Parts: sequence; structure tokens; C-alpha cells
Amino acid sequence: MTTPLSSILLVFAASVIGSVGMVALKAGANRLPPGLLGILFSWRVATGVALFLLSSVFYVLGIRHGSLTVLFPMVSLSYVWGVLLARLLFHEPLNRSKIMGLLLLLTGVVFIGLGNRP
Amino acid sequence: MLELRVVRESSRLVLEANASPPTRAHTSLTSIALVFLCTLTGAAAQILMKQGADHTTAAGLAGLLTNLPLFLGYCIYGVNTILVVLALRQGHLSVLYPIIALSYVWVTMLSPKYFPGDHLNGFKIAGVFFIVAGVSMIGIGSRQ
Repeated sequence: MTTPLSSILLVFAASVIGSVGMVALKAGANRLPPGLLGILFSWRVATGVALFLLSSVFYVLGIRHGSLTVLFPMVSLSYVWGVLLARLLFHEPLNRSKIMGLLLLLTGVVFIGLGNRP
Repeated sequence: MLELRVVRESSRLVLEANASPPTRAHTSLTSIALVFLCTLTGAAAQILMKQGADHTTAAGLAGLLTNLPLFLGYCIYGVNTILVVLALRQGHLSVLYPIIALSYVWVTMLSPKYFPGDHLNGFKIAGVFFIVAGVSMIGIGSRQ
């Protein structure tokens, strides 16, 4: 089964939106007052949740056509964007182990995608 | 004399302020444990949602709300989001976020038990090993 470019772009967008959602959660977490209630009133956390929902809409639209073997592992690209954005925005260290770890993780998700073929 | 002591006290405070890192230095084990827990509950949520999605009766929003497994799955996702935010307070995003990939591992290993059509195979087992190796590697990277 060939996967249309539109599906690939939609799932790619889902991965980017999902990682930005996670960045929003982190930005919210960094500014949270002590206690649990603050989470419910943080607009950054709310933005993160909204982005997760948007990301899942893009994903569902993306997987309507095309092969899940290609599209399913693509979502895990969000971990790559997340780590890069964390380096860029929160100045978190990025070292060889983290890059190697990400590559192993992506390989793993590709394998699970291959194993899920009908 | 008193003035001298105040100066000494304040310089000590300045030293302490400089010694403490500008950002949270590393990811606490509590945060790692919290996100790890979320991957387990997240996998349970995914299995519930799949079971719910397989048995949808009504269409649209009504179908989502009256479907108990699907509804429970979304509730778990809500709780997980709160737990992840709590974990992110004392941890690096670049360490905690990739841990969430472990939910692929649990779903892959658990779904053959719940869905008769699902079977483990060589690809899936290799995938599980690669993901565990990758997440461990990132954990090691965070301690360097």
C-alpha cells in the first residue's frame, strides 16, 4: 500500500504539534505555584492539553489513508522535536547518549510498526 | 562589629546564591518514577480505548460519552497529564518525555492478551528491546 504525501504531512504535523504541547506543559510546570490546584488554572498547561487534542486530530486525519507501518512510527518523531526544543528553549543539555538513545528509540518504534503489518 | 557580621552574612548568602545552579540541575528520581507510572496507566488507557472503539454504538460525541471503556481511557489520560506536569516541575523535558515511549512497550506486550488477533513476533520483540535500550541510554545521558 502506498502512503499519500498528504497523510505523511498530516502525521508529521501531528508529531510537531504534540511536541510543542509537551513544551507548553513544561513551561507551565516551571511556573507552577506549590500545590495541585495551580495546574487547573495554568494557561500554559491548558494550551498543552489543547495542542495534544489538536495533534490527535491531525493523526486521525493522517491515518485515514496510507500504511500504518509508515505512519505509526512517525508519531515518535515528537520525542526528537521535544528534546531539540528543550535544548533550544530550556537550555537542557544535549549529549551523545541522548542522541543515541533517541535513535534507538526511533528504531524500536519502526520495528514495532513493521511487526504490526497485517 | 555588628556591621562586619552583616557583611559576612550577606557575602555568604551571595556565595550560596551563586553556588546554586541557575536551573534545576537534574531530573529527580521521583519525577522519573512518576512518568514511568504514567506509561503503565497510559498503556491501560490505550487498551481500554481500543476496546471501547471496537464496540461503538452511537456516533459522534454521544457515542464517546456513553462508551464506558473509552470514557475511562480519556479520564486516565487526564490524570496522566496532571502527573506528567508534576514530574516536569523537577525534571528535564529531554529526559522525561522520551520515557513516555515505554508505553509502546507495554501496549505491544499486553495487547495479545486482550485482543485475539494480536500476536507478538520477532519485529515487535526487537522493537521493544530497542525502545528500552533507547530510554535507558537517555537516562544514562542525563546523569553525565
